[in-house]
Order: sequence, then C-alpha cells, then structure tokens
Amino acid sequence: MSGGVDSSVAAAMLDEKGHEVVGVTLKLWGGDSDSGCCSVSDVDDARRVADQLGVEHLVFNFGDDFTTHVVGPYVADHAAGLTPNPCIECNRHLKFDRLLRRADVLGFDAVATGHHARIERVGPAGEPRIVRGVDGHKDQSYVIHMLTGPQLERVLLPIGGLTKDEVRARAVELGMRTADKPDSQDVCFISHTGGGRSTFLGARIPLRPGRLVDAAGAEVGTVEAVELVTVGQRRGLGLGGDGEPRYAVSVDVPSATVVVGAADELLVGAESLAGVVWADDAARGTALAGVGITAQASAHGSPIEVAGVVVGGGPADDQSHLVVHWAAPQRRVAPGQSVVLYEGDTVLGGGTVTR
Amino acid sequence: MGPLALTPVSAYLDHAATTPMRPEAIDAMLPFLDVRFANPSGAHRMARDARRAIDDARDVVAEIVGARPGEVVFTSGGTESDNLAVFGAGRAGAPGLTASHGTVVCSAVEHHAVLDPVIALGGRTVGVDAAGRLDLDHLAAVLEAEATRAAAGESAGVRLVSIMAANNEVGTVQPLAEAAEIVRHLAPAAVLHTDAVQAFCWTDVAELTSVADLVSLSAHKFGGPKGVGVLVVRDGVALSPRQIGGGQERGHRSGTQNVPGIVAAGVAARLSADGRSSEVERTTKLRDRLLDGLVASVPGLVETGAVAGPGGPDRSGRVAGTAHVCIEGVESEALLFLLERSEVYASAASSCSSGAMETSHVLEAMAVPAELRGGSLRLSLGWSTTDTEIDHALAVVPPAVERLRAGGL
Repeated sequence: MSGGVDSSVAAAMLDEKGHEVVGVTLKLWGGDSDSGCCSVSDVDDARRVADQLGVEHLVFNFGDDFTTHVVGPYVADHAAGLTPNPCIECNRHLKFDRLLRRADVLGFDAVATGHHARIERVGPAGEPRIVRGVDGHKDQSYVIHMLTGPQLERVLLPIGGLTKDEVRARAVELGMRTADKPDSQDVCFISHTGGGRSTFLGARIPLRPGRLVDAAGAEVGTVEAVELVTVGQRRGLGLGGDGEPRYAVSVDVPSATVVVGAADELLVGAESLAGVVWADDAARGTALAGVGITAQASAHGSPIEVAGVVVGGGPADDQSHLVVHWAAPQRRVAPGQSVVLYEGDTVLGGGTVTR
Repeated sequence: MGPLALTPVSAYLDHAATTPMRPEAIDAMLPFLDVRFANPSGAHRMARDARRAIDDARDVVAEIVGARPGEVVFTSGGTESDNLAVFGAGRAGAPGLTASHGTVVCSAVEHHAVLDPVIALGGRTVGVDAAGRLDLDHLAAVLEAEATRAAAGESAGVRLVSIMAANNEVGTVQPLAEAAEIVRHLAPAAVLHTDAVQAFCWTDVAELTSVADLVSLSAHKFGGPKGVGVLVVRDGVALSPRQIGGGQERGHRSGTQNVPGIVAAGVAARLSADGRSSEVERTTKLRDRLLDGLVASVPGLVETGAVAGPGGPDRSGRVAGTAHVCIEGVESEALLFLLERSEVYASAASSCSSGAMETSHVLEAMAVPAELRGGSLRLSLGWSTTDTEIDHALAVVPPAVERLRAGGL
C-alpha cells in the first residue's frame, strides 16, 4: 500500500472478498526526497485507508536493499551513460522478491499490489501469465514483466480488470481519502520540487559537459551534463531552431561525446537484450517461434511488431541474451531500458537493452 | 503454513516504550478533568486549588529526585525536557538555536531526543564499550580537544555535556559520577545534563543524578500519563527557555500546565519510588528467568553486550527491567510480527514517524556486528509484568525464531 488510490482499492477489493488482508507500506528511502511516493504523509494515507477498511497495517523498512538494488545502480548507470528504469529494479528486487519472501515466512499466501495488470492462466498448459490491464492508458504489465511462474502463483493483482476511472469511482464509493490523490509520476526517491534528477545525480556523481557531434564527427554543440543525455532525446540539446529536428543517437560518457542525428539516423533493425527473464519455458518457446510477437520498449510505449527473436548477442553460451529483430526499423531504445515481449496482451518475458 | 493461532494469554513486554498507568494515578487525575478544572495561573481560589495540586506533585517529584521544589520544571514529556536542556543549557535569555554559544557533547547512545539536538548544533559524541558503557577515556579526550579549540579561539568551549543515566535500548547504567568528575576537571564551565527517563523506576535516581545540573524525566515511563515530563534545573544553572509567554514554571517553560497529568505523575512517582526496592528484586528475577530461558532454548541468541561474570552473565550494570538480545538469522521486523500474532508485544531499536524500524545507533555504537544487529529484540518488563507473561514469552519466542529460520528471509 503506497498510499495511492490503486493500492487502496486493491486492498478494499480483497477485503470484500473475505481474504485476511494485511496492508504493508515499504519504507524504502528516507533521503532528500520525502515528497516522492511513500513519504511519511503517504504512509499516513495508507495507514488511514487500512484503518478505514479495518485491516492491519505494517511498515517494513527495506531501505538497505533499496539502496543496494535500486538507488545505487540508478546512479552508477547514469555515470556509465545508461538510462535505467528504477521502478523495474524495485519490482524485481524489492516488491516481488524480498517482500514476497517476507510474506512467505510470515505465513501469508500471496502479495497483492495495485498494479494495473492481470494474472491469468493463459499459458498453453494453464500456466499463470501477466496480461495487460484493461485500461490501455494505464497498463503496467511492462514494469512487472519479470515475474516468473512461481512468483505469479503467489501474486494477486485485483485492479487489472478495472479502468482508472472505475478505480477512482470505487474509491469515492468507499469514501477513501485517497480517491482524488494524483498518481505519483516521478521516480519515488527524487524530489520533483528539489531540482529533480540533475540535482540528485549532481550530488553523487560528477556531471561533465559533453560535445555534440554529427555522424561525421563535426562538433555541432555542447551539453552541460553528458550523463543526463538519453538516447532518443531531442529537447534540451540546444539544437533547436531551423532545420530538421536532431536527436541523441548514441552517448559515450568516457569521451563525453553525444552523436546526434536526424530521426532516420536513430532507426535500427534490431535490439540486443541482456538479463532476459521468461514467465516460464513455454513462454520462451513461444517468443523464439516468433509468430505474433510484439514488444514494448518503454513504460507507456505502443506495441512494436517483432519479426523474430534469436538467442545470442552476448557471451557465448549465455542464454540470457537475445536479439529482437523489428518487423520495420524502429528508433533505438536507450541502453538500460527494458524491452518486454508479448503475445497479444500476454507477457512472455523481457530484458535490458545493451549498447 | 497458515498464520499462527491467536492465544488468550498476552505478554506485554514493551514497558521501556511505555508502561500502564497506575490505577491510583488515574483516580487522582479524574477530578482535575472535571470539577477541579481551573487554570493554576489565575488569582482566585479555584485557580489556587489547581496550583496547590501541581505544587504538591512538584514536592513529591522533588523529594524523589533529590531537588528543591523550585528546581522541578514540568514539561510535556521527556523529549521536551531533553530539547530544553540541550538547546538552552548554559545560556540565559531569549530562546534561539545557535551553535556559536558553545559546543555540546553527548554519548553516542543517547535517545534521539538528546542526540538529534546535539547533532543539529554540530556537537560531538563520545563512544561506548561493547557493553554500552560510556568510554570515560574518550570523554576526557573529547573535552581536552574542545578545550584546546576554545583556547585557540576557535570555539566558545563546551556548553553542555549530556550523558543518559540508563540506556533505553539495552538498559546499561552509565557511570555518571565518574563522568561528572571528568567534566568538572576538563570542562568546568559546562552544564551536565542527564536523561534519567529510563532510570527512574529502577535506580535511586536522587543519588545517581546528584552530580547533574539538569535531569530529564518522563511520567509515562513510571506509571503516569503520556504528555508530562520533568526537567530538574538546579538553582543557578543558566537555561534559555524554548517556550516563552505566560512565564509559568519560573519562566523556564511557559504555558498552562497540564494539571490532571501532573497530579497523576506525582501519584505515580510516589508509588514507583516507594515500591522500588521490592520491584527491582521482583523484576530482576523475572527478567533473569526470561533471559536465561531464551539463551538456553534459542541457538544463536546472545544477550546484547553481555558482561561475563564469575558464575554467569553479570547483569548488574543493566536496569532490572530490560532484556535485550540479538538473534542470528532472523529479521527483527518479521520476528516482531510473528510475536504479535501470538500476543507477545515487544520492540527492537526505535521506530521512525512512519512506523518503520530504523537501524539502532546504540547497537552500532556498541559495535554489535551487522548480522546480529538485524535480529535485535528488546523485551522490557514493568510493574505489571507477571510470571505468566514470562512463561508465555518463553513459549512463543523459540518457535517463532525457528519458523523464520526454516522459511528463510
């Protein structure tokens, strides 16, 4: 229970069904941002919603693991010129790993969250799989794509069958104080009021100016902080005005260089993924068969048609590397971001884009 | 595995957090919520009645703590008393938070109500040994270093030294008399403050704190209500108030006094002090049975910072009511939840305002290894603790630990 409307309604729905529900808020970060998600006021909201529902509310301090698995890598990745997705790492290591293990050891049967997604037994032999939430605008299957069979057996996603409007309407019906609370947008440990990402990173790693060069190597501009440039970015490069739009095509932090180019220079035919995780073996087989496969390359991206999926691209014999071939050229995905593979609305698996 | 079944017996073992109010204290305060409601600051007879009631409580506390009645200042609790002492000691006049008025020094194991103000003022901390006892050599070294800085014109010298009388997490009683000697020699102008919140029930607090210029107490730790505390301010000690206005409490702490609370606090203080020797004896037996039982039945469980004695652990340096252990291979949060399901109520470290557990600065200062710190458990006893509760805790803790170890974390 993050204190937001989604998890509030999820708790209410399970409580209504007669489950024994205990609400848990994770204390993950107590650093500079106490205004992002799960601040003290968010914990209060979660606790009061739990009080209203008549369920116990606990707070677990997983700050050490959050620093190790989410914040630390977020900072290190930026220093290396990658574009991480910390929410995915939080789901991978905290919410569906440590919390799931904590729930197990305390004798609970499942962990539920307010993610907009569904779990359904649509695998060929009835295996549980993640399915997109019904509200296309809010679907969060992308950020929880890493869950595998054993985890899926112990996770409940109650609100995936509701649209956001329906969720808010339920919250209003229940008289919840979080009914009209805005969704949290930014990375939970970075205060949007305190200078954002550049202030947060600037306090932890050196942010060095970089040169912008074209494909031929000619310098066309500069940026204040090369570590903050994302592949595919157009704004903030200081290359506005006349002529066609130019984008960051690649970022090399050691040489503090960003290659920029026109939109077509961003297009690639394939992406290489590392650390690929599959829902189960059958899902892997389906993906490799390459029929009717789509991919999503960002939290709110549209599905991209996939021509084929091939194991490889990494060190020899490393089965967790994949090359995903696009049906039509696509803009490069920023290294560090995840690509998630779907068959229809069902998640098969996903991995992280390498350079 | 299903959830543990709820049991009809409960064991409240968190008296160091707070202890039930004495029924006599509750009875004594009720009329002041009702017919004897006047403001003690008034001039008329009803006001004087309320004034007399708080002054009677003041006399009781003064006698127990070894102070004159005029030296007893009522506050809203231990935290306010500690803040008042750290921010205000050694300065006279209007309130104001300034580090330039002199350095503040405290032990590394103080309650946050002392530690946080000291850190906010850029002060220094003094380490403790593995048993949690103040490192007197380190205290001397810190005071000498500060004296050098002052002589070189880099600071205004040490304004305050704060050493708690007994630690709230592990129960260690501090060597206040020895510390006071060192302060007298190396920082003669410094005010000595002691947070005696955890010591009141278990020690002769008048004797223990006689060396201190300022003493903090908290009523809800000795059977009084929450929302009432004391700061003993010895005559002649300069103390800049935090709260000014009506001038109550000799100007040390303005604001209409919490008459019902203060009356109850006085009654509770009397009961606690009168029964102390027998309570200490009774509680020591219960605590020892609990600790010995846990050590015997839970592998990988240690008494935190235990001091070895000739015939077993020497617990004489701890207050009678505290049993603190560290358990390998379990996480405190998970253990506390399982204990709660079996109606054993305990704690570990401190909680922050969100309700989450924080890592313990006390255990860190005692150099308890990280793997053990993660499995800390504080069981604290009080005036209402019974043998049955100890039996219950001894029955519940070992299987809970086993279950956590079997499940992995």
